[in-house]
Amino acid sequence: MNETKTAPENTPTSSMKMLRAMMGIGILCALLIVLTFEGTLPRIKRLKAAALEEAIFKVLPGTAKTVAFKLDQNNTFVRASSEDKDGQIVYAGYSESGELVGVAIEASGQGYADVIRILYGYDPKSQKVVGFYVLESKETPGLGDKIEKDPDFLANFDALDISLEDDGSAVKNTVVPVKQGAKENPWEVDGITGATISSRAIGNILGISTAFWAPLIHKNQEAFIAQN
Amino acid sequence: MSNPVQHKTNTGFFSSLKASPSTDEFIKGLWRDNPVFVQVLGMCPVLAVSNTAENALAMGLATAFVLLMSNVLVSSLRNFIPKQVRIASYILIIATFVTITDYAIQAISVELHKSLGAFISLIVVNCLILSRAEAFASKNTIGKSVLDALGMGAGFVFALFCLGAVRELLGNGTLFGFPFLPGGFQAWIVMILPAGGFFTLALWLLIFNIAKERRSKT
Repeated sequence: MNETKTAPENTPTSSMKMLRAMMGIGILCALLIVLTFEGTLPRIKRLKAAALEEAIFKVLPGTAKTVAFKLDQNNTFVRASSEDKDGQIVYAGYSESGELVGVAIEASGQGYADVIRILYGYDPKSQKVVGFYVLESKETPGLGDKIEKDPDFLANFDALDISLEDDGSAVKNTVVPVKQGAKENPWEVDGITGATISSRAIGNILGISTAFWAPLIHKNQEAFIAQN
Repeated sequence: MSNPVQHKTNTGFFSSLKASPSTDEFIKGLWRDNPVFVQVLGMCPVLAVSNTAENALAMGLATAFVLLMSNVLVSSLRNFIPKQVRIASYILIIATFVTITDYAIQAISVELHKSLGAFISLIVVNCLILSRAEAFASKNTIGKSVLDALGMGAGFVFALFCLGAVRELLGNGTLFGFPFLPGGFQAWIVMILPAGGFFTLALWLLIFNIAKERRSKT
């Protein structure tokens, strides 16, 4: 600090000099950012894909292989190419012997702090949700984030009932959140005391998402089996 | 902004080191002018991301990296940047390194990026970094600026870790995720909530002020 050198104080700075400095720094910074972005992109993509893959294996127990499917305009499922990554994608999981284990579906909705993104596994044969995983949440640590690890709460999703009407057109009972300990029916999601808003949000996200996807997947089951 | 020059008497904790000017540049940030406990700068991440020791350490290291890189660049460009546009230039430089850090953390681990979340981008407005650029790097050689950034960065990591460790230990009964307290311990959830951040910070400030008081008496 003692041998401080300061630039000469009172020489007027020309506009040219200011412009030059700002533009120079701008170009330098732009270069640095673009280089880093390009340099890390392949690895980030790979890690994200791996994280999603891992989550699919978690929500569909017994899965050995996954295939992404896209919902097209005619409400049928076709194999997704690697460029498709919009919301209308589901991931079918197959067992070692090539049988359809279930379909992993991404869903999101407003939680307490921010949007919560989840992935759940739906088994069209038993018409149940068989697994659940939080992909992204900023819920309060210690309270809201219990939706990720509270064992009693996660037990809700071992066999959550998504039975369809007999004609397969709609879900018989929409998934609804209830208070902790108040679960009576297999389609209810038991909440967490102290994480009321976050756990209710999960129940509602599942309710909306299953009501949309379950009938579609049921109707198109053949597509998943045939295209494996 | 604090003025580090006024602490001439170096009779404190590290006096035994008989600091040469360069070690002094480093030590001042770590202890005597600790950015968190003495200068009380950059409180947003200090309070928000110190709920576990791991998050605190990662956040501290990310901030220290941005601090180091921007100090180096600001110092090496100090004769090129006119006074009138210096703040804009510094912010641009800092924002660049924050963006780079953000990508780097994503490339290291998705999990880590998930837990640090929005706070990485908020390093841009950490006043510790801008204040070191303005008060030190813009007036000193690259070598000294590096030492200053290393000292301040280490001080910031140290402070965040102090908070994170206490909060995780009391709020969750663990340290770095490993159970640390006896099984019967009832965790104080308030410690990992925002209020716990204030309590813990107050506790550490108290300790540092007592230490300062003692130092000035001797």
